[in-house]
Amino acid sequence: MDWGTLQDVLGGVNKHSTSIGKIWLTVLFIFRIMILVVAAERVWGDEQQDFVCNTLQPGCKNVCYDHFFPISHIRLWALQLIFVSTPALLVAMHVAYTRHEKKRRFRNGEKIDIEELKNEKIHIRGSLWWTYTSSIFFRIVFEAVFMYVFYYMYDGFQMPRLVKCNAWPCPNIVDCFVSRPTEKTTFTIFMLAVSGICMMLNLAELCYLVVKICMKESRKTT
Amino acid sequence: MNWGVFEGLLSGVNKYSTAFGRIWLSLVFIFRLLVYVVAAERVWSDDHKDFDCNTLQPGCTNVCFDHFFPVSHIRLWALQLILVTCPSLLVIMHVAYREDRERKNREKNGENCPRLYSNTGKKHGGLWWTYLLSLVFKAGVDVVFLYIFYHFYRNYTLPRVVKCELPPCPNVVDCFISRPTEKNVFTLFMVVTACICVVLSLVEAAYLIGKR
Repeated sequence: MDWGTLQDVLGGVNKHSTSIGKIWLTVLFIFRIMILVVAAERVWGDEQQDFVCNTLQPGCKNVCYDHFFPISHIRLWALQLIFVSTPALLVAMHVAYTRHEKKRRFRNGEKIDIEELKNEKIHIRGSLWWTYTSSIFFRIVFEAVFMYVFYYMYDGFQMPRLVKCNAWPCPNIVDCFVSRPTEKTTFTIFMLAVSGICMMLNLAELCYLVVKICMKESRKTT
Repeated sequence: MNWGVFEGLLSGVNKYSTAFGRIWLSLVFIFRLLVYVVAAERVWSDDHKDFDCNTLQPGCTNVCFDHFFPVSHIRLWALQLILVTCPSLLVIMHVAYREDRERKNREKNGENCPRLYSNTGKKHGGLWWTYLLSLVFKAGVDVVFLYIFYHFYRNYTLPRVVKCELPPCPNVVDCFISRPTEKNVFTLFMVVTACICVVLSLVEAAYLIGKR
């Protein structure tokens, strides 16, 4: 069970997405998941080992590390990517349910166009439109929530070189040095920027869907 | 999602490339990506652990390492390889868009209607421009990253010793980089292959424009 599994699951969703949705999926896989796996994980790989405190007091380094990094960036990003990809599964489930219903009706003797059943493209209409739109809405919400969690937990998006720690059992105030702070700041800003781009794509897709349905309704009434 | 999957994604672009494009793709896969994965990553794997400073002052090593290696070569190359290969995906997406349009046209007008495109993969019209833009972008990315490397690491080489005087280091401290010669060899190799790729992209662009 790894990122490949998520890719297999979401690959199927691609067929039923709009063009913007396909671009979003590409950006997610290449600029977020791939960068996380091939680069970011290595940068954070030695974070606890190379977190050095200017003290010989046993336990002080552990406590300070835990205080300044309650949840590591890498884990937060992994959670963010999982949460942000999950709403697409709602769409996949809805499509699977629709197909299952059609097959059942066909088996019960109802006249269904076999060609349409075989044809894999399902248009975003009716209840599927609602499912798709709510999945985009949830994606936007999850992205925003995680961006806020990052900002709140790490007081901004910059990784400091030096943190001053006075948690017990550290004697008085102890200087602790973070490993690779510049590289970590660079990747944090990169992931933040791509996250912002994904949010913009989702907003654009939401607007496109709403405008399309409004135009369809107005054409029906005229 | 890893390099293997990414490579699978990009192999599809070979169908729509010119001969230069195929050479470029082979060069990138074999001399850049493969070298990166099987060799370069191991050379840099212990870069922080074996960066030794002549001091017992805690924190000095961390600070000096961060100052001399703001972003590690390995991470820059990973970003460079991903960004340089992405424009090819634009070409794949454009062809997929054309095929989708063709299919929708057939659905609407029936099987015997005149085709919109004689060959969805042929570089005519919009696809020609997409392909040309992708070439320009690829060359641009490589040039930008060559500049970034030059900016961070003068002359593309790493010295054996660096002198560091940032707090909390006391006065001036000698810090020793691990495997500097091996790192220099690989840096030079990657710089040369990047330059060759830039030249190939520009030659291919000239060929495309000349052919038109």
